Amino acid sequence: MARLALQDVTVGLGGKDVVSNVSVEVGEGELVVIVGPNGAGKTTLLRAIAGLVPARTGSIRVMGHDPSNAKRRLIARDLAYLPQQYDLAFPFAVEEVVLLGRYARQRGLGLASEEDLAAARAAMNATDVEALATRRFDELSGGEARRVIIAQALCQGAKCLLLDEPTSGLDPAHARAVFEMLRTQCDSGTTAVVVTHDLDLALRFGGTMWLIADGRLAARGAPSDVLAAAATQKAFGVTIHVGELPSGARFAVPT
Amino acid sequence: MSGFISGRSKRLTAERFVFALVMCAVITVLVAIAALMVGVGMDRGGRHLELLGMDALTGGTFESKILAVRMPRVLAALLVGGALAGAGCALQALLRNPLAEPFTLGISSGSSLAAVIAIRVGVESSFGGIGVGAAALLGAMTSLLIIWRLAQVGRQLPPATLILAGVTLSMFCSAASVLIQYTSDFTEVSRMLRWMLGGLDSMQLSTVKYAAAPILIGLFLLALYGRSLNALAAGPDVAASLGVRVGRTTTVVFFLASLLVGAAIAVAGPIGFVGLIVPHALRAILGPDHRLLIPASVFGGAVLLTICDTLARTVTAPAPLPTGAVTALLGGPFFVLILVGQKKRAAMWGR
Repeated sequence: MARLALQDVTVGLGGKDVVSNVSVEVGEGELVVIVGPNGAGKTTLLRAIAGLVPARTGSIRVMGHDPSNAKRRLIARDLAYLPQQYDLAFPFAVEEVVLLGRYARQRGLGLASEEDLAAARAAMNATDVEALATRRFDELSGGEARRVIIAQALCQGAKCLLLDEPTSGLDPAHARAVFEMLRTQCDSGTTAVVVTHDLDLALRFGGTMWLIADGRLAARGAPSDVLAAAATQKAFGVTIHVGELPSGARFAVPT
Repeated sequence: MSGFISGRSKRLTAERFVFALVMCAVITVLVAIAALMVGVGMDRGGRHLELLGMDALTGGTFESKILAVRMPRVLAALLVGGALAGAGCALQALLRNPLAEPFTLGISSGSSLAAVIAIRVGVESSFGGIGVGAAALLGAMTSLLIIWRLAQVGRQLPPATLILAGVTLSMFCSAASVLIQYTSDFTEVSRMLRWMLGGLDSMQLSTVKYAAAPILIGLFLLALYGRSLNALAAGPDVAASLGVRVGRTTTVVFFLASLLVGAAIAVAGPIGFVGLIVPHALRAILGPDHRLLIPASVFGGAVLLTICDTLARTVTAPAPLPTGAVTALLGGPFFVLILVGQKKRAAMWGR
């Protein structure tokens, strides 16, 4: 069974269709990268998969459940969503922010169990924020804060990750580390769908690439093929050159 | 950031949770006992501050002064202060707005308008002497429903529309109250103003009994939502993806907070500042975790209002001061002190 299944999904916002007729399936261990110009509908598509905005027509299934009608606690155990914007109203300690990811697995007062603490430590280790554990969230740099909320999503222990621009604001080393971490997670069975504008990292680490343009799934396939496709050049309005370094590593640059 | 001031946050452990709440409870009990023992005595030499000893707990003094006069007032202060601060803390968290409290949400103004109407039409002595209190409660609940209908967008209750609806209703109710006062005679206006200042004069044990059950149950239920309010601090999308039923949580917390505020106003009139400053002050000391902050605010509000009410009935005795005026007079400078301390700290981080 596909972990994520979308059938003829159309999502409307304010009376306008933002995503139209998207049909796609994502299986275990897949790392899907979504690219497309600003305003193409990438975030809306991700929010619809997370059950945060209902599909106007079509059906969405996350591990067999309809995310907009199933119990949120049930969905949260299977699917973690990292939004593009993250505005925390109160300056919790970094460790507490990460532990919020355990919400769906806790009861009562929700004091962290040994299992919760181990999950938080593993997530902080994966995103290189262990040293920040006792710092206030509002005292972090933008890149550090981004890594902390990626850790929160990992701490949920979900089989599916939906990440909206996880590397925005990260320095090149940490941006690359995030994709390496995602590759490792997917190699061990996690499914990840990642919206990104970093075409280079998308090319290197993505298993499958979706191009979203004007709310439609305009192209889909291996990242190098999608980036080279005419639809991608048209959507972005620039030519994207895909090449290979002497080391064998591939790169993508707009020309 | 959001404009909230906050102390250093630490992971909440069972030990820290129990220790903090036991300390809060001990302070509350000590303040309550002290309030029972402090009063103003009158003799041939005039009025003087009267400090009763432990021997007053037995014999006639206990019956005549503590049990009959001071106990209802102290119990009412504990309940009303706890309800206002608990509700204020939850509303600030729910709406992610540091100015959110019963007054900014229009619940107090609606309640006051109903009380003013009750005084105008002369139902003060109805319903066993709780006519104005009952009207105030009804006013609070009606305001809640109106704000609810105005602010609702689909199944959600967005904080921005909630505050906008609250401020709008608050202005309307305040204007209507003024209009009613304008058409009332001097005695009625005097009673209206007295009620609108808020106070615990002539408190009866029966009134406290009426209010105790809804306030205690409401506070208990509200405290259960601390964890969900922590998740909601990151916004509705993140909270929902963490597993929070955002719509239901918003509805229940808003309803409980309004019930608490309505019950508190019914007992003591619209006492301001407690719901605003206590959560802010305790957040600066204990950090922002609502699992601890909500119950701690309940104790903090109880302590603050008990102290303010004790001052209100002793400083200018035999004529008491309105308790609401004392909370604002004392709370204002105290809040400024916390704010200055936090600003110094923020300056260290260049924020």
